[in-house]
Amino acid sequence: MKTLFDIDTPGVSGWEPPRWDIPGKEDIPKKYLNDGIDLPDVGEVDVVRHYTRLSTMNFGVDSGMYPLGSCTMKYNPKINEKTASLPGFASLHPETPNTLSQGALQVLCELSEYLCRITGMDRFSLAPAAGAHGELAGVMVIRKYFEKKGEKRPVILIPDSAHGTNPASVTMCGFDVKEVPSSETGDVDVAALSDMMSDQVAAMMLTSPNTLGLFDRNILEISRMLKDHGALFYCDGANLNAVMGKAGITDMGFDLMHINLHKTFSTPHGGGGPGSGPLGVIEKLEPFLPVPLVDRDGDAFFLDNARPDSIGCIHAFYGNFLVCVKAYTYIRMLGPDGIREVAEHAVLNANYLMRRLMDDYDLPIDRSCMHEFVLSDRGIGNDVTTNDIAKRILDYGFHAPTVYFPLLIAGAMMIEPTETESRATLDRFVEVMREIKRETDTDPELVKTAPHTTAVGRVDAVTAARKPILTHDAAE
Amino acid sequence: MSFIPKTKKDTEDMLDIIGVKSLDDLFSDIPEEIRRTTGADVPPALSEIEADELLTGLSERNRPMSVFAGGGAYRHYVPPVVDQLANRSEFYTAYTPYQPEVSQGTLTAIFEFQTMMCRLTGMDVTNASMYDGATSLAEAVLMSVRDNKKTKVVVSVAVNPRYRRVLSTYGWANDLSIVTVPAPEGVTRPGDIEASLDGDTCAVIVQSPNYFGVIEDIEAVAGSIEGEKTNLIVVVTEPLSMALLKSPGSLGADIVCGEAQSFGNPVGFGGPYLGFLSAKARFMRKMPGRLVGKTADSEGKDAYVLTLQTREQHIRRDRATSNICTNQGLCALRAQIYLALMGSRLRDLAILNHRLSGLLKSALSELGIPPVFDAPHFNEFVVRVKDVETVRDSLAERGHLFGIPLEGDYPDLTDCLLLACTELNSPPVIDSLAAELKAVLAS
Repeated sequence: MKTLFDIDTPGVSGWEPPRWDIPGKEDIPKKYLNDGIDLPDVGEVDVVRHYTRLSTMNFGVDSGMYPLGSCTMKYNPKINEKTASLPGFASLHPETPNTLSQGALQVLCELSEYLCRITGMDRFSLAPAAGAHGELAGVMVIRKYFEKKGEKRPVILIPDSAHGTNPASVTMCGFDVKEVPSSETGDVDVAALSDMMSDQVAAMMLTSPNTLGLFDRNILEISRMLKDHGALFYCDGANLNAVMGKAGITDMGFDLMHINLHKTFSTPHGGGGPGSGPLGVIEKLEPFLPVPLVDRDGDAFFLDNARPDSIGCIHAFYGNFLVCVKAYTYIRMLGPDGIREVAEHAVLNANYLMRRLMDDYDLPIDRSCMHEFVLSDRGIGNDVTTNDIAKRILDYGFHAPTVYFPLLIAGAMMIEPTETESRATLDRFVEVMREIKRETDTDPELVKTAPHTTAVGRVDAVTAARKPILTHDAAE
Repeated sequence: MSFIPKTKKDTEDMLDIIGVKSLDDLFSDIPEEIRRTTGADVPPALSEIEADELLTGLSERNRPMSVFAGGGAYRHYVPPVVDQLANRSEFYTAYTPYQPEVSQGTLTAIFEFQTMMCRLTGMDVTNASMYDGATSLAEAVLMSVRDNKKTKVVVSVAVNPRYRRVLSTYGWANDLSIVTVPAPEGVTRPGDIEASLDGDTCAVIVQSPNYFGVIEDIEAVAGSIEGEKTNLIVVVTEPLSMALLKSPGSLGADIVCGEAQSFGNPVGFGGPYLGFLSAKARFMRKMPGRLVGKTADSEGKDAYVLTLQTREQHIRRDRATSNICTNQGLCALRAQIYLALMGSRLRDLAILNHRLSGLLKSALSELGIPPVFDAPHFNEFVVRVKDVETVRDSLAERGHLFGIPLEGDYPDLTDCLLLACTELNSPPVIDSLAAELKAVLAS
C-alpha cells in the first residue's frame, strides 16, 4: 500500500505560491525560525493519482447499500453538496458582523425552528458538532438545571443497550452511570427501573426507538416515573429516522434530545465526520442551552450571547454551519409529507428485510421492528461467526451491517436499510445473505477467510493494537 | 423530493409479504395517543430547482468581502485539487472505517495526516481529528488530567478567548480550577507562569502565535515549568505558522493542539473546522479520538486500521478517554490533500503570509496606525484606531472586513482591532484597503 511518503521526490513542485515582489524585512528573530520542514514533495498529477487510487479502495453509500444499523446510511442528495459550497456560505468569515451575514443566520434560525416542529422541542442549539457533542451538552444542561435548583443528584440512568457515547458523555460531566436492564422482549425492564428510582437520579437517557430497533412500549410509563421523581428524560435521537412525522419526541415524555444531522437529515458521513448534533430542549431548560443561540427580531437575525444561565460555549464559533446548510436544504425539499414518508419507508424496508431473513438467521426478538432490526449468529454451524459473515458480505458488493452491537445480543448483526433503497436492492441483499448462509454449510472456510475480492484481505487488528504504529516515521 | 425509489405497487407487495395491511400498522407499538397523522409543520416541499434558487438567494444575503480578520479562522486559498479529490463520493459518502478492508482509502489518508501533523508539531502521535481547536484544547486538558491526576490549570490570557470560554465550560463540568495569567505587551511572561504554579498544577497553556498574533517564547515558558510534574500544552490556531517557526515539540511542549482549518478547509461561517491533538508518545493510550495504525492483511500486504480502540467509547463506555465518536474526518482528508499538494512549498506560503502582513503594517503605519505590540508576529497583529466602530463599519460597507474588535475580551485594549493577512490579501487588495481607510479617516 503506497503512501504519499513512498512517492516523495524532494524538490519537485506540487503547487507554487504567487511570486509577488514584496520587500521582506526579516523581522522574526532567527531563534524562532526553523531550518525547513519535512513534508513530502509530490507533483500535482501524482497527488491526484494517489488520492484517486485511494478513493477506489473505499466503499461509500454511492458504491452500494450500507445497512449499518444505528448509522442511518441513507443516500446523500447532491443538491446539498452544491448549496453548502456556495461562496456566500463557504467563504463567509465567522467574525463577519451579524448585519452582513443575515443569510447564514437565517439558515441557522429557520433550521432550529424546523427541528422544533419535527420533534416538539421548544428550542434548539446548533452548536454541537456531533451527536456525542450534543449528548455532552445535554448532560451539562441537566447538571446546570439541578445546580440552579440546589438539588444534588449524582446519578444518570442508562439502559444496558445504550450506545457507548451515552455513558461516556455522562462521566465527562461528573455524573455516575447506573445501568438499567432490558427485558427479554427488548423494552426497558420497568420493574427494575422502578427499584432504581430515587431522588439521587438526575435523569435517564434513552434512545427512541431503542438500539434494538424497537419502540419501547412502556415509554409513557417510564416518562411518568421519571417526572414523579423530579428527574429529566433525555432522548438520544440517533434513531429519529424511524419516527419523524409519525410521533413527537416531547409527546413521548422527553425533556431534551440531540439529533444527528448526518444520520436523519442526509448530510454525508465523510468517512468519520463532520456531522452535527443539535441539542433541543423544552422551555424550562432553554436558559441553560449553550451560547450563542441564533435568534430573530422579526426578519432581522442575530447571535444571542446574553444568556446568563447558559452552560457556556462548547464550540469556538456556531457549530458545523456548512453541515447545517445541507440539513436545511434537505428539510426544505422533503416538506411535511416527505418527512413522514421517510420514516414510513425506513420502517417498511426494515420490516421487509426482517421478514425475509428470519427463516435463515436467528432473530433474537421476534417483534415488529422500526427502522432497524437485530439478527445473530446463533445456530450458524462450523464455528462461523458474525464477524466472518460481515467480511463475506463485503465480497458481494454490500457493506456489512453493524456487528456486535448492541452488547446484550451475542453475535449481533444490526441491519438498517434506510428508506432510500429500492425493492430490487433489498431483494438482492436477501439473496446475498441466503447465499452466505448456504456457504456456512457447504464451504465454511470461504466465509471464515473472507473477504477475498476487496483491496486488502482480512486485516490484522490484533497486532496493530499490541504494537501500535501510528505514523510513517514510527514504521521506519 | 424525498429520494425514495419505490412505486405504489412495490409498497403494496412489501406490506403483503410482511403480513400487514398498511404502513400505519407498522407503527402500532407507538401508543395511539401520541401518534401523528400529519407529518411535521415545515414549509411545503420544494423541487430541486426551487431549493437551489432559495439557498442561492440566502447565500447572496451575506456580504462578500475582502477579509482582514483571523482570530482562529483564516481565509486561505483552497486549491481546486482539494475539492475535486475530497468530493469523490467514495470518500465523503463512506462511514467511519470500522470495516478496514473496504476503507483503505480513508485509513491511508488519515495515517498520512497523522504523520504530517506529527512532523509539523514535533510530536510523536496525532489523532484523526477533534471537532475544532477549542474542543481540542478542552480535551487536551482532560487528557492531561488523566495523566497526572491534578486539577488546576494555568492559562495565558493571550490564548484565544473563544477557546478559553469553551475550556471554562469543560472545566466546570469536570471540577477543574483555571487560573489566568496576564500578558501585558501582548506576550506571556515566564515569570508570571512560574508565579502561578504549584504542586497542584496539571497543565500550563500558551498559544503561539498567540491571539494577538505575537510569537511566544515557548522555550522560555517550558523552562519556567521545568521540574514540576506539569504538562505544557501549546495551542496553535494558525497552523501555517508551523511551516516557518520552530515546532512547539522541539521547544518543550508535551501536547500541541489547536485548529488545522487553514489547511484546505473553507472558513464556512465557523464550521466544520478541524481540531487537531498531538502529543508525546507517553500519552498514546490516554489520547481521545480515533487513531489509525499500520498493520498487514492476511497476505502480508500493508494495510491500515483503527487501533487502540479500547480507549474509545464504543468499547470502554463510561471509562473511555472521551465520548467522541464522529469527528471531522472529511476535513482531515481535505487538510491532508492540501498538505500533499503544498509539500515543502508550505514554507514559502508561510513566508508570503508574513510579508503580506508586513506590507499591511507599513501601509497602516503610514496612515498613523502602527502595531500596538512591539514583538515578533507571524500573520496577525493588533492596531489601535480612533473611532474604531465607525471606521470598521464604514469599511465593512465598502466591502472590507477590517479586523476583530478586542475591547470586549480585553478591556485594556480600548479601540483595538486584531488584523490578519493571508495570501488572499494580495498587494492590490491591501492597497485598496489602505485607500478606503484613508478616505474614511479623512471624513
